[in-house]
Amino acid sequence: MSFHPQMEYAPARFHKSERKLAEAGEPFTYTPENQAKFNENVARYPPDQRKSAILFALYLAQQQQGYITGAAMRYVATQIDCTPAEVEDVVSYYTLFYTKPVGKYVLNVCRTLSCALLGAERVTEQLCEKLGIHPGENTADGEFTLIEVECLGACDRAPVVMVNDDWHERLSPDQASAFVDDIRKRGRAAFTGCHLHVEKK
Amino acid sequence: MEPVLTTHVRKPNSFTLDFYVKNARGYEGLRKAVTLKPNDIIEQVKASGLRGRGGAGFPTGLKWQFVLKDTPKPKYIACNADESEPGTFKDHVLMERNPHLLIEGCAIGCYAIGAKVAYIYIRGEFYHVQETLERAIDEAYRAGFLGKNIFGSGFDCDVYVHRGAGAYEAGEETALIESLEGKRAQPRIKPPFPAVAGLYQCPTAVNNVETLCNVPPIVLNGPEWFASLGPEKNGGPKLYCISGHVKRPGVYEASMHTTLRELIYGEQFAQGMLGERKFKAIIPGGSSVPLLLDQHLDTPASFDHIQKAGSLLGSAGLIVLDDSVCMVWLAMNLLHFYRHESCGKCTPCREGGDWLYKLLQRVERGEGQTKDIDLLFGVASNIVGKTLCAFGDAAATPVLTTLNLFRHEFEAHIREGRCTLPAEWRGRQPALAH
Repeated sequence: MSFHPQMEYAPARFHKSERKLAEAGEPFTYTPENQAKFNENVARYPPDQRKSAILFALYLAQQQQGYITGAAMRYVATQIDCTPAEVEDVVSYYTLFYTKPVGKYVLNVCRTLSCALLGAERVTEQLCEKLGIHPGENTADGEFTLIEVECLGACDRAPVVMVNDDWHERLSPDQASAFVDDIRKRGRAAFTGCHLHVEKK
Repeated sequence: MEPVLTTHVRKPNSFTLDFYVKNARGYEGLRKAVTLKPNDIIEQVKASGLRGRGGAGFPTGLKWQFVLKDTPKPKYIACNADESEPGTFKDHVLMERNPHLLIEGCAIGCYAIGAKVAYIYIRGEFYHVQETLERAIDEAYRAGFLGKNIFGSGFDCDVYVHRGAGAYEAGEETALIESLEGKRAQPRIKPPFPAVAGLYQCPTAVNNVETLCNVPPIVLNGPEWFASLGPEKNGGPKLYCISGHVKRPGVYEASMHTTLRELIYGEQFAQGMLGERKFKAIIPGGSSVPLLLDQHLDTPASFDHIQKAGSLLGSAGLIVLDDSVCMVWLAMNLLHFYRHESCGKCTPCREGGDWLYKLLQRVERGEGQTKDIDLLFGVASNIVGKTLCAFGDAAATPVLTTLNLFRHEFEAHIREGRCTLPAEWRGRQPALAH
């Protein structure tokens, strides 16, 4: 039902009965290196506030297996002494956590105003055409995922694309297709990086 | 004005401790601070008139003074490096190219309010910045500028980086604290303010990166020097982020005497409109503030002057728009942002943002009806002031300001059943909008 006479209640809205549980996945434990990293990080917070390390713990899990499964959430819950529901609560809120498998390169195209003024939506369109997917999908070969994201905070170098943790700046729509080929060929070397790294030049 | 915060940012290795100590009087502010009484530092910051650079422009000295003193609980500094306001990218430069200034600012802040730990909450998308920052913190520990007994004064200070995971709302101070505690970034009911019950229910000062970076120069050069750099009550250097349709977008440091016109057309600033097109409007403080027009361009870009002109300086993210921009499209683009980023805690913002976006989409597609204008106005007005944090007001602003100033564009869209910009201009606009 609608609470407003002139707007239908969003049909695509989340409803309890449609709630999809996160994929349970394989049994999960940290590698010894990740366990050491986690132990180091959790020591930054007061001993009774282990929950503060939850974002870091989830990043580690995501780095280890590419995305966050139900098993990983349960494991993280045991590490920080909270319930799995609390972990899922956090995972479902933040946009940088993936609960489904993603490609080797996750192309995050900024779509907010400053980037859009310089053609970000056309960049997305070109990338969709080149990769044959819609935003939010993976390519069949598992190489690329395309996501439209909100402001990345590099509006002076618009349009900006974040690929995994790297940045690629000033990607004009007509370069988009060549950019994909370049990544296939050269991997991370294809990215411009952040222009503030003057040492690299 | 000589730059203060960004003097060396274009030089190679400006982020290293060596460079900072040799060229920028590095950590001398902290060395001087620990010889003073904490309260004297707060008094100095108050006298300097330093105002928070994150958006609200609240005096930093007062914020520190409000931090509860008589309590057995530990105190904290939470540095807001979440920088997610569309059009803002100043803290990025400071952290990437001058991280030691921020670390020194955090340490002085801790000393002033009696804290021992500062957390720098950095947004998850700034992974490359985080690496630089963490390297700088390690250097500072090794050199004895952080850790135990700094400069033999008995003052201990730890600075940690905390990585967020993609939430605009985490830039709100209480939401930032919630996120630091390992929960969803959703705002708390105020009061109590963070100065009384913040991180782990302990007294906390939440300060923006640029604000803390201004503290070491104040301690070194005195509050009078700082106040003299700008108009009354708007002292100090200010970083302006200029983006959109200009020739040379970027971060520029200037005094707050500088007018908007100088920032857009000045040789040392953005150098004019892209392709010599006609100026249409400017968003002077990040996407959450009202638009300003041609007649406001001679306003100095200070907190008070911009406010008098009918907008806000906010985070000083100037987005310049030329005459090819459709204002309905602009509002729709920004509402897509706010709809996506709403944390969902307060109903007016969660539901209203979605309604506004759908209405704008309808108008922009040419399927709008005359009553939609009133409906837009009604829904937007019913969000303002009815939410826990300023997000609700921010989400309604793009709709209200475009309706106030460019109502004729909305009417033309509805009358003609299409976007009314000339066809060749539409070609320059993003494709999916048309």
